[in-house]
Amino acid sequence: MSRDVYVFCEQRDGVIQNVSYELIGKARELAADLGQQVVGILAGSNIGELPAKLIARGADKVIVADKPILEHYSTKPYTDVVVQVVHEYQPEIVLFGASSIGRDLAPAVSASVHTGLTADCTGLAIGDLVRTVNNAKDKAKSDACIAALGQDVDVVDNSRVVKDRAGNEIPIVNVQYTYHKQLRMTRPAFGGNIIATIVCLQHRPQMATVRPGVMQALEADETRTGEVITLNCDPTNNLEVLETVKSAKASKDITESKILVSAGRGMGSAEKLCEVQALAEALEGDVSGSRAVVDAGWLEKDRQVGQTGKTVRPDLYVACGISGAIQHAAGMENSGYIIAINKEETAPIFDIADLGIVGDVHAILPKLADAINKYKANK
Amino acid sequence: MKIVVCMKQVPDTTEVKIDPVTNTLIRDGVPAIINPDDKCGIEAALEIKERVPGTTVTVVTMGIPAAESALREALAMGCDEAVLLTDRKLAGADTWATSCAVAGAVQKLGADLVICGRQAIDGDTAQVGVQIAIHMGIPVTTYVEKLVDVNEQSITVQRQYEDRYQTVRMRYPCLITAIGDLNKPRYMSVGGCWDAYAKEIKIMTYADIADVADESNMGLAGSPTYVATSTTKEAKGAGTVLKDLSPDEAVAAIVDKLAAMHII
Ligand SMILES: Cc1cc2nc3c(=O)[nH]c(=O)nc-3n(C[C@H](O)[C@H](O)[C@H](O)COP(=O)(O)OP(=O)(O)OC[C@H]3O[C@@H](n4cnc5c(N)ncnc54)[C@H](O)[C@@H]3O)c2cc1C
Ligand SMILES: Cc1cc2nc3c(=O)[nH]c(=O)nc-3n(C[C@H](O)[C@H](O)[C@H](O)COP(=O)(O)OP(=O)(O)OC[C@H]3O[C@@H](n4cnc5c(N)ncnc54)[C@H](O)[C@@H]3O)c2cc1C
Repeated sequence: MSRDVYVFCEQRDGVIQNVSYELIGKARELAADLGQQVVGILAGSNIGELPAKLIARGADKVIVADKPILEHYSTKPYTDVVVQVVHEYQPEIVLFGASSIGRDLAPAVSASVHTGLTADCTGLAIGDLVRTVNNAKDKAKSDACIAALGQDVDVVDNSRVVKDRAGNEIPIVNVQYTYHKQLRMTRPAFGGNIIATIVCLQHRPQMATVRPGVMQALEADETRTGEVITLNCDPTNNLEVLETVKSAKASKDITESKILVSAGRGMGSAEKLCEVQALAEALEGDVSGSRAVVDAGWLEKDRQVGQTGKTVRPDLYVACGISGAIQHAAGMENSGYIIAINKEETAPIFDIADLGIVGDVHAILPKLADAINKYKANK
Repeated sequence: MKIVVCMKQVPDTTEVKIDPVTNTLIRDGVPAIINPDDKCGIEAALEIKERVPGTTVTVVTMGIPAAESALREALAMGCDEAVLLTDRKLAGADTWATSCAVAGAVQKLGADLVICGRQAIDGDTAQVGVQIAIHMGIPVTTYVEKLVDVNEQSITVQRQYEDRYQTVRMRYPCLITAIGDLNKPRYMSVGGCWDAYAKEIKIMTYADIADVADESNMGLAGSPTYVATSTTKEAKGAGTVLKDLSPDEAVAAIVDKLAAMHII
């Protein structure tokens, strides 16, 4: 029978990524609700003391795959490792960060082990799920799965036979299954217009990729103890990695940014864009801009938001000195939360902003970046 | 060589509404387009066709018959062949079931190189491309931002990560997923539009892939995930506009809000 909550712990160059700590924090809650344990999966080369860090953040066990081929991420060898763990240990749940690695690895694993995968979740909880089945085929499949997985389910069978006018007997299938202790995964879809709750009732493990920055990591507790298990594995690749190059400033696809600080003509000059850059850094977001700014040559074209630029839907969009022309709004009005700073009270951007500040960008932005950095330092 | 591009037709807006009674999407009246990443995938295929003589480009989509208009657009861009995989049995698929069906169609069509978009703007999971590759047992590279070299034996691409890039070489058959940074898709050509309407769209149904795609993996019934509930985000209330604040007051108002939302 499947059990325990597993977290794929992402390391790059020997540094565990924050999202992995966040997932372990969440996994502790889920495991408590299930009465089970939290297990980290760690793949890399010369992993050294990293498992202890995962234990300090809440893992009960860490399964380690330490091989030269695992030094840098590549789909096939990493998939080999996680698939082997799934087969040998039969997890109840496996969580991945929704990073460019997690969103590559998780679907490869789900397709390899034949289970469902929920993408880019913002919420995870253990709870009940009621499902009513109205045909014999679904009923047979449900019953078989419940038996095979040993699931805790309440079944109310309201199936009956009715007679039609001619007196023929017609069987009506109506079975209500209440599944207990399911992983309820919630995710925004359609640019955040819809929130969907997704479950995976008939396959194990239940798997999700989880958006970074949403779950809370636990404080490191060096006194925690846990078990470190070495996975006896032989991962292989099916492609040639020619080189891996770290870029200080990776080319950025602003449509993937969760936070955008966007500059308009109201910033005044190319030099003043440093104010926008500083705020973006404080918020750990990226810089984008209006067409006016791109046409003026203050910003590269790939950062333009709008009808002839990119359509973005970050969680937070800060419009700085942008009037909010309809062609600009078309590219950003579905953002999760919009803050606008503009000196003209009548600027159309205020019609779509959640929080509008009438004021001078140069007076506000530098102070805002400082205040955010201070706030974070004192947190 | 033969390239197959997997394409999804998506609604041209994020203003999607949910039918409160049936809990399904209301797609009526919403114009459909080629998923943007897939358009980059088509462009990449056409660029390879220009570079490697003898290359043919087939575009395939699984969807409702109305997806034909997106296929015609792909033909007008310069694809050689368009295939619509359509069948009631395939409806309601999650990414597992979608990828099983599309992988089946690709297998039947035969491909050296399979190109997908990284992500569809409606379902938004970015899972289908990788899953197709796993079902077919072929190498896969996602987040492709650059084609470095393409020849008759192999393709070399640059794969984007948040903080680095990787250059990898794959022998055919293999699969890549395209991101927006890969290229700027061409427009339909006038001649292309003309040809596109003259060309026939090849229809495939489940029967055509039955020998390579198990029926128990198809459609809603073959989907491991189950959408329990979906709710439309509550309508956006009118925002707050604050004026006559000193810069410090304005900063405090913003910081309070960001903290309350756990953004900082
Ligand atoms: C076919 C077409 C396609 C287009 N596509 C796009 C597109 O994709 N993206 C896009 O952005 N635009 C697009 N445009 C252009 C669009 O119509 C606007 O011209 C453009 O968005 C204006 O950019 P802006 O808001 O930065 O500049 P402006 O409209 O000049 O606005 C500057 C704003 O800054 C404010 N301001 C000035 N100084 C300060 C200060 N010190 N402090 C605070 N606020 C200040 C002003 O009050 C003003 O509201 C398109 C236009 C057409 C016709
Ligand atoms: C609200 C909501 C939430 C959902 N959440 C999930 C979820 O978390 N997990 C899950 O498994 N399913 C989920 N689904 C179902 C999923 O959207 C569908 O399975 C969809 O058909 C494929 O997923 P996608 O749009 O995310 O495609 P992606 O995986 O983002 O598409 C990537 C690429 O695959 C190719 N591709 C995708 N679909 C097709 C197609 N029909 N024909 C040809 N090529 C194609 C294209 O090249 C595309 O660019 C959800 C559906 C809804 C309505």
